[in-house]
Amino acid sequence: MVQLKCLEPLSLICAGGCLDFWVSPLHPERPVDVRVPFTSLQAVKVFLEQNNIPYFILIKDLQRLVDDEKAQMVHQRSRALSVETFNYATYHTLNEIYDFMDLLVAERPNLVSKIEIGYSTEGLPLNVLKFSTGGPNRPAIWIDTGIHSREWVTQATGVWFAKKIISDYGKDESLTAILDKMDIFLEIITNPDGFVFTHTKNRMWRKTRSINAGSSCRGVDPNRNWDAGFGGAGSSKNPCSETYHGPHANSEPEVKAIVDFVKQHGNIKAFISIHSYSQLLLYPYGYTKTPVPDQKELDSIAKAAVTALSSLYGTSYRYGSIITTIYQASGGTIDWTYNQGIKYSFTFELRDTGRYGFMLPANQIIPTAQETWKALMVIMEHARDHPY
Amino acid sequence: MELEPSHYPAQRAAGVARACISYRRGECTDIRDIPGTGHKYHLEFTLKDTVQEVSFNCTAEVLYHLGSQHSAPEVHFTVEGELGKNPDDADNKFYSRIKSLKEPLVAQNIPDSFGIVPPEMEPIRHLAFSACDYIIWQNSTENTWYNLAQIQDVRQVKRNDDYLEFDYTVLLHDFVSQEIIPWQMQVLWHPQHGVKVTQNSRQPK
Repeated sequence: MVQLKCLEPLSLICAGGCLDFWVSPLHPERPVDVRVPFTSLQAVKVFLEQNNIPYFILIKDLQRLVDDEKAQMVHQRSRALSVETFNYATYHTLNEIYDFMDLLVAERPNLVSKIEIGYSTEGLPLNVLKFSTGGPNRPAIWIDTGIHSREWVTQATGVWFAKKIISDYGKDESLTAILDKMDIFLEIITNPDGFVFTHTKNRMWRKTRSINAGSSCRGVDPNRNWDAGFGGAGSSKNPCSETYHGPHANSEPEVKAIVDFVKQHGNIKAFISIHSYSQLLLYPYGYTKTPVPDQKELDSIAKAAVTALSSLYGTSYRYGSIITTIYQASGGTIDWTYNQGIKYSFTFELRDTGRYGFMLPANQIIPTAQETWKALMVIMEHARDHPY
Repeated sequence: MELEPSHYPAQRAAGVARACISYRRGECTDIRDIPGTGHKYHLEFTLKDTVQEVSFNCTAEVLYHLGSQHSAPEVHFTVEGELGKNPDDADNKFYSRIKSLKEPLVAQNIPDSFGIVPPEMEPIRHLAFSACDYIIWQNSTENTWYNLAQIQDVRQVKRNDDYLEFDYTVLLHDFVSQEIIPWQMQVLWHPQHGVKVTQNSRQPK
C-alpha cells in the first residue's frame, strides 16, 4: 500500500485530474497505464524519474492513432459488408463495384450469378450479372451501363438496378412475372479501363483505352465500334477524336465481348444501353435516316416509358430515333442489336440536360435510378408480354 | 418547313437563342434580312429562370450564316415579361465579399468530379454560366450544341475600379462532336452593370 501511495502525487500534477488512468494503481506488482496530456508530459516524467519509478512509453502520440483509426473506419464504411449496407447514394470506384457484385452473388446465389464475358484492353474482367430463376437459355433482357466511362450516373444506376431486382423479386408482381419467364443480364461497368481512368487521371474520359497504331492518342469510342454502318458519317477516323470508330468494327475487346455473348446466347429479346446526359429515350437507327420497320411500335413503347419515368419526379424526356432526335451516329450499339433481330433495342440518355452534365451530384443518383427503372419496367413488361 | 420540336435542329437553335437572350438580357444584334445566305429558324419556347423561379414565353428567330468564315448566329427575339434583373442580396453580398478579399480569389474544378460545388463558389459558377452564354452564342453553328461542363480554373484579377474581373479557363462540352473544349475567358462583372466578356480564346485540348 505504501508503494501505491507514492503514486498519489501524480494525480496532483495537473489540475482537475487530467491524468487518465487506463490501468489504475491496484496492486504493487501490477503496472499502471496512464494517458498524459501533452502539457503535463514534462512534469510527469520529472516526477517518475525523481521517485525512481520505471516507465516506458506505450503510445507516443495517441491523437495520431485515433486519427488513423478513424480514417480507416471511414474507408471501411465505403467497403460495405452487405448489399443492404452498401451506399447507393454515392459514386464508387471499380473495385467497390466489383466487390458489390460478389456480395450480391454471395447473398442470393439462387437468383444471381456472375459471368465473365471477356477482358478489357488493360486486362480487367468484363463482368455481367445474370438474374435468372431457371430454365435453359430463357428469352432474355440485356442492360448495360457505363459504356462511356465519364457518364458516372449510369454505372451508379446500374448498381441500384441490381439491388432493385433482387429486392423486388418475389415482392413486385410485375418484376416477378418477368423473371419467371425471362433472364436479365446486367453489365454495370461496360468500359472498365475508361472508368478507372476517370477516377485516376481524367474525369472527362469517354472512350476505351486501347492504343492506336501511329498515334499518341488512345482510345476508341465504343459506341461507334459496332458493325452497323461502321465508319460512316457520324463517327470519326481520327484517333484523337472522341467519336473515333476504331480500325475496324469490333476492334475493341469490350465491344467484341458483348457481340460474342449476344450471338452465342441467341435468345435476347430486349437490349437497353444506358448513357448520360440529356434526358432522351432513343431507338434505332443512328446511322441512316431510313426508319426501322418496327418504328411505330418502338415509338409507342418509348412514349409510354417516358410517361412512366416522368410520373415520379416530373423529369421530362424527349424520345425518338437516334438520327432525328440527337444526331447521326454510325457504328452504334443498338443499330447493331436491332439488325441482329433484337426488336426492343433502346438507348437512354439519363439526367441532366447540361446544368451539371457528366458531373451529376450524387444526391441525384437514386432519384435518377428510380425514375429510369419505371421506364425500364415498361420496356421489359412489353418484351415479356409480346414474345416474338 | 415545319420542324419537329423534339428533333435536334430545333433543339440546337433553341439553345443558341437561349444563350443569346440569357447573355444580353434585352439586347441582341440588329436584325438584318439577308435572304439566301443562311438557315433561319423560327422558334417558340419557354425560358425558365431557375434562380427566381419564373418562366417567360419567348419567340426567337435564329439565323445561321453559311460560308467559309464563321460569324455568330443572328438572334432576334421577343420575351413576354420583364427579363431585366435587379441586383439582389446575394449579388451584393458576393460583390462585397470579393472586393474585400486580401488575396485574389483562385479556385479549380467547379464542380468537382462528384458534382459538388462549395456554396461560396456558386456565384462564381453563375457568373461563368453567363459569360459562357456569350461564347456559346458567338461560336454556335447548326452542328454544335455547347454546354459548360466545368470550370477548370478561375483567378481573380484585382482592379482599381468598381468592376470585379476574373480570368476563367472553362471546359465546354460540345454534345455533337462529344469533344471537351478548353476555353479561356476574361470576365468583368458589376452588380448594376452586369456581365461582360472582354476577351476569350479557344485553347488547345
